[in-house]
Amino acid sequence: MRIRPAAQRLRLTSVLVLAFDTATPAVTAALHDGARVIAESTTIDARRHGELLAPAVQQVLRAAGAELGDVTAIVAGTGPGPYTGLRVGLMTATALASTAGVPALGVCTLDALAYAAETDGPFLVATDARRKEVFWARYGDRRTRLDGPRVDRPQDLPGELPVVGAGGRMYAETIGAGRVTGPEHPSAGAMAALAAEHLAPLSAGEVAEIARVPEGRVDSVEKASGLGVLGPARPIYLRRPDAQVPGAPKRVTA
Amino acid sequence: MSTSDEPIVLGIETSCDETGVGIVRGHTMLANTIASSMDEHARFGGVVPEVASRAHLEAMSPTVEGALAAAGLRLSDIDAVAVTAGPGLAGALLVGVAAAKAYAMGLGVPLYGVNHLAAHVAVDQLEHGPLPKPAIALLVSGGHSSLLLVPDVARDVVSLGSTVDDAAGEAFDKVARVLGLPFPGGPYIDRAAKEGSGAAIGFPRGKYDDGTLDFSFSGLKTAVARWVEAREAAGEPVPVPDVAASFQEAVVDVLTRKALQACARYGVDDLLIGGGVAANSRLRALAQERCDAAGVRLRVPRPGLCTDNGAMVAALGADLVAAGVEPSTLEIPADSSLPITTVHV
Ligand SMILES: [Zn+2]
Repeated sequence: MRIRPAAQRLRLTSVLVLAFDTATPAVTAALHDGARVIAESTTIDARRHGELLAPAVQQVLRAAGAELGDVTAIVAGTGPGPYTGLRVGLMTATALASTAGVPALGVCTLDALAYAAETDGPFLVATDARRKEVFWARYGDRRTRLDGPRVDRPQDLPGELPVVGAGGRMYAETIGAGRVTGPEHPSAGAMAALAAEHLAPLSAGEVAEIARVPEGRVDSVEKASGLGVLGPARPIYLRRPDAQVPGAPKRVTA
Repeated sequence: MSTSDEPIVLGIETSCDETGVGIVRGHTMLANTIASSMDEHARFGGVVPEVASRAHLEAMSPTVEGALAAAGLRLSDIDAVAVTAGPGLAGALLVGVAAAKAYAMGLGVPLYGVNHLAAHVAVDQLEHGPLPKPAIALLVSGGHSSLLLVPDVARDVVSLGSTVDDAAGEAFDKVARVLGLPFPGGPYIDRAAKEGSGAAIGFPRGKYDDGTLDFSFSGLKTAVARWVEAREAAGEPVPVPDVAASFQEAVVDVLTRKALQACARYGVDDLLIGGGVAANSRLRALAQERCDAAGVRLRVPRPGLCTDNGAMVAALGADLVAAGVEPSTLEIPADSSLPITTVHV
């Protein structure tokens, strides 16, 4: 965990963004005061998002000498990512936001990875989608998503562009080791910084409008094509649930 | 029973397909709001875990808001948060546990991760007052068939027996499919059975005289399917009401027999029945008849409290607060196979 001196708490009066992401094996939480990341916690554990996230949020608040009441916006990664972990972050954001009376916002997890990319110019971001597939998107630069997110086999990733994220690393043999670049996992610090950048020019009313969840069930599969950085805290699934409509009951007699 | 200094507990239940949010003050129910994704599962003939998990995430905030509105309260009025930590569908439980942790952390109130089965027992207090100590509990639903000895629902629950194969409610669903009745099968079998005779067909009663307090419904389900297929093969019509009634009679006979055996064996005079199958009219009638004959007092909560709901979780949470039990940490996992001996985590 990286902590900066608590003296910087002086800035807390204006902006304090709490961000976290659970769409990859990284359980990551951070606080950003509008100028910089003031506390961040990241643990890599693909199986314990539900156990690690709430304590991580408490930890970054404590490290920054802040309370939940000081937070002005809550931002969670919307994936795409394995669904069980992904939902932990989004549910936490939504419930925490309602207790704090602040908006719950979502940022695409791949956008946060892109923002932290160690490369200039066009590149891809890819994360593990399991089932020998990757979640991926194409970027013009660190701030600009041009295409995606999508889910595909790694051999079907387009072009010769560098690939940021674990999805490139784990399929280095398929895509070519020379294309692999960092970081491997998203950081909530980068997500908070990206969100703070986009929140800065917005009025409270505009933020509330972005956070508003549309009436009825959101079909996140269709929604994933949007290219705006800030959205409501709703998941990007990209796959429909595995379920078969059954035929006639199986006979028990031959 | 309610006094203004009793704690207000928010209860969250997401172990299967119902997103349940209940609010109690002590043992007074203030709200019990439920969003069900059952419509989305019906065409699959069973609950699809990923569909249920997605629905919980969508439904949680509106359901919490609905419960608060029904109770005339605000989030800041909540004194403690209780949540089903298990057993249940892993991904579904995780959504409820994440929500409960966030509400507890955000409100700065204690969190109680509780056992779903113990909550099925605790809920009866909302309707019938304090539980006798000890009581025997028979919990029957699509997910569980358990006999419990309950010396103290907040601290001490003992498993006496459970199903070795299908849950009772699962058998209802499977037989309903064989008979061409919709999912979930329980209410449709109950309705069809009213037109038939429970004595028409002698279906087998699994583990009837084996001396244990365990159940088995898999053989019964197969016997019903064989019987129906034989009629169809012979080109004869299937008497759906008689099959439904005879199947139902076999299930209910075994359930009540073993429940009263448990009462006799442990010298307990109070039997509680809970879970979705407790809504079955024949189970209620036969249990009452046999309890009367044995001098056992029967407690069955009304149907809305028997099926999975948030008030049952809140009720158990209120018991834990009253018993001075140490709250859960924010690290607690959702445990899909949480044993009944663990009332809270
Ligand atoms: Zn249940």
